[in-house]
Amino acid sequence: MQLAKTYCVSLIGLAGTLIEVEADISSNLPGFTLVGLPDASLSEATARVRAATANSKMPLPNRKVTVNLSPAAVPKFGSIFDLAIAVSALAAAEKINDPEISETVYLGELGLDGSVRAINGVLPAVLAAKRHGFSRVVVPQANLAEATLVNDIECIGVSHLTQVLRMHGSEIDEIRVSERSRVSEPGGKQQTIDLADIQGQDSAVNAMVIAATGGHHLLMVGPPGVGKTMMAERMTTILPDLTLEQSLETTAIHSVARVRGQVGANLISRPPFESPHHTASASALVGGGVGVPSPGIISMSHNGILFLDEAPEFQSPALESLRQALESGTISIARSIGVARYPARFQLVMAANPCPCGMALTANRNCVCTAKAKLKYLNRLSGPLLDRVDIRIQVRNLNQAQISMAQQDSQCMTSAKAKEIVIAAREILKSRLVPLGYELVSHVPPTLLRSTLRPPKSVTAIIDSALQRGLVSMRGYDRCLRVALSIAAMDGRDEICSADLDQSFLLRGPDQLASAA
Amino acid sequence: MNKNKSVGKYGEDRASEFLERNGYQVIDRNWRCNVGEIDIVARDSDCLVFAEVKTRTRVGFGHPFEAITSAKMQTMRKLVGEWCRAHQIASVQVRLDAISVLLTGGRVHIEHLKQVY
Repeated sequence: MQLAKTYCVSLIGLAGTLIEVEADISSNLPGFTLVGLPDASLSEATARVRAATANSKMPLPNRKVTVNLSPAAVPKFGSIFDLAIAVSALAAAEKINDPEISETVYLGELGLDGSVRAINGVLPAVLAAKRHGFSRVVVPQANLAEATLVNDIECIGVSHLTQVLRMHGSEIDEIRVSERSRVSEPGGKQQTIDLADIQGQDSAVNAMVIAATGGHHLLMVGPPGVGKTMMAERMTTILPDLTLEQSLETTAIHSVARVRGQVGANLISRPPFESPHHTASASALVGGGVGVPSPGIISMSHNGILFLDEAPEFQSPALESLRQALESGTISIARSIGVARYPARFQLVMAANPCPCGMALTANRNCVCTAKAKLKYLNRLSGPLLDRVDIRIQVRNLNQAQISMAQQDSQCMTSAKAKEIVIAAREILKSRLVPLGYELVSHVPPTLLRSTLRPPKSVTAIIDSALQRGLVSMRGYDRCLRVALSIAAMDGRDEICSADLDQSFLLRGPDQLASAA
Repeated sequence: MNKNKSVGKYGEDRASEFLERNGYQVIDRNWRCNVGEIDIVARDSDCLVFAEVKTRTRVGFGHPFEAITSAKMQTMRKLVGEWCRAHQIASVQVRLDAISVLLTGGRVHIEHLKQVY
């Protein structure tokens, strides 16, 4: 056989394209040519493959090896193709003779000694192989745990090229590689945080539970030290577990992202919580980077919480870049190499001080900011962005009486209790939303809110008049209807009553934040 | 003549014998001009064959073929033109070949690659 072919997967974003790796050996001067739109790092695969095969005691012949990656029009990059190229070339050189190699997908990077090294993005790559009807995939041993998260496909972990060759009937001696200590599994020390840690802020906690029920975006404005950050961190504790589909999506994103190292053996089953520092750039948030754009923080928080602490301190391009994802739940990042599309359906939680000095809204300390400085500060959160935030609450300092009342109160809300409420309310909402094709209230498009899900005119009177008087925008009107749906469901009701709408209008707060501060 | 040169000469002699055994008619050896040198020019029926011979006594520094680099092949292409001009030969089919001569353990091992580029 002078010609052989195997398969591999090229990942752009989370979308995997099946790549045919064809190898041909011709009677010509020794050389290794890789064709089919490889980038610089992939072109280096030729050197790795030649050395790895030689050091596995299975050198390529002293002839011309041509490897074609097809379809040639799809850009390819990275080291994921090494193993497939080596297997294909060795099959063309008749070092292995097994028809199975063209029924298998090979993923992995080769070291010069022939060891098979871990790669990023194994989970989405294996998913792509399964989607294309393959029943077997060979992955680096270090990625095996992640690969086996995908059901109904045989995953074989290998740590050396010789293992692959023996698998295909070669008589070669297996070379063992010394196992290096792997990346430790993320989240080793799990802090136990609970909603009960928050004392006294009953209305804020209630707003959090409403936000969790409907997946509503939340803004908290308040002086420093009242516990905004503490509350945001506890937001994930009241969200239900991810569904299997959601876990796979979120785990796949974390697998592709280069910042986190490897994904452990477990699916991410709890909603992720991401809290970028306020110096983060737009591309850090939405994704980007050299070559194929890697996912940003907003995709890492897919199906979870994106918490922006000190939100007005973020650069305005960074904040405005969130708008597309907030509306559509996905982000498309275009670069010269192609367009990467990542899911980014996160729940946005923002915290802000009411003014630069932070002391506005406090009872016993005076704010020293000028009116102009205050206005400028909160106006950094632009109208279009705030319009997408359903719930905007003020969190105020507690006075001594409130604190002692809270300490005596044994009925305080715990995470477990809040989670039960959220799960129950979501069940009620599901019966209405799932037939329409939606999971969460916050995903329902405005057209449906104003048609199928619209409460009777008598109920909406108050916000109808607010709309007429220009107190609320059309989008704001829709958002009020949305929050009201969640509030009704928390109460165990199917239909919105006017009290729900009153509360949702109140939770929405003023359109001009600065006027409140 | 130093050792390398004599090894090279010995290898070229063996290669030339090899070609003749295989029905080639060797018409020129070690033709030089200011561009470089052609090891063997031979005729294979109606085709002119320009052969580059590489001889080695061990493979520690790689197979002989690996020493015939693409730069060397570029020079060969120029030399073909020079040779044809010098011999006033036009419109003839030409071919570039590579021959490796491996001298190990008292044995001569010859490999012949036709139509290389």
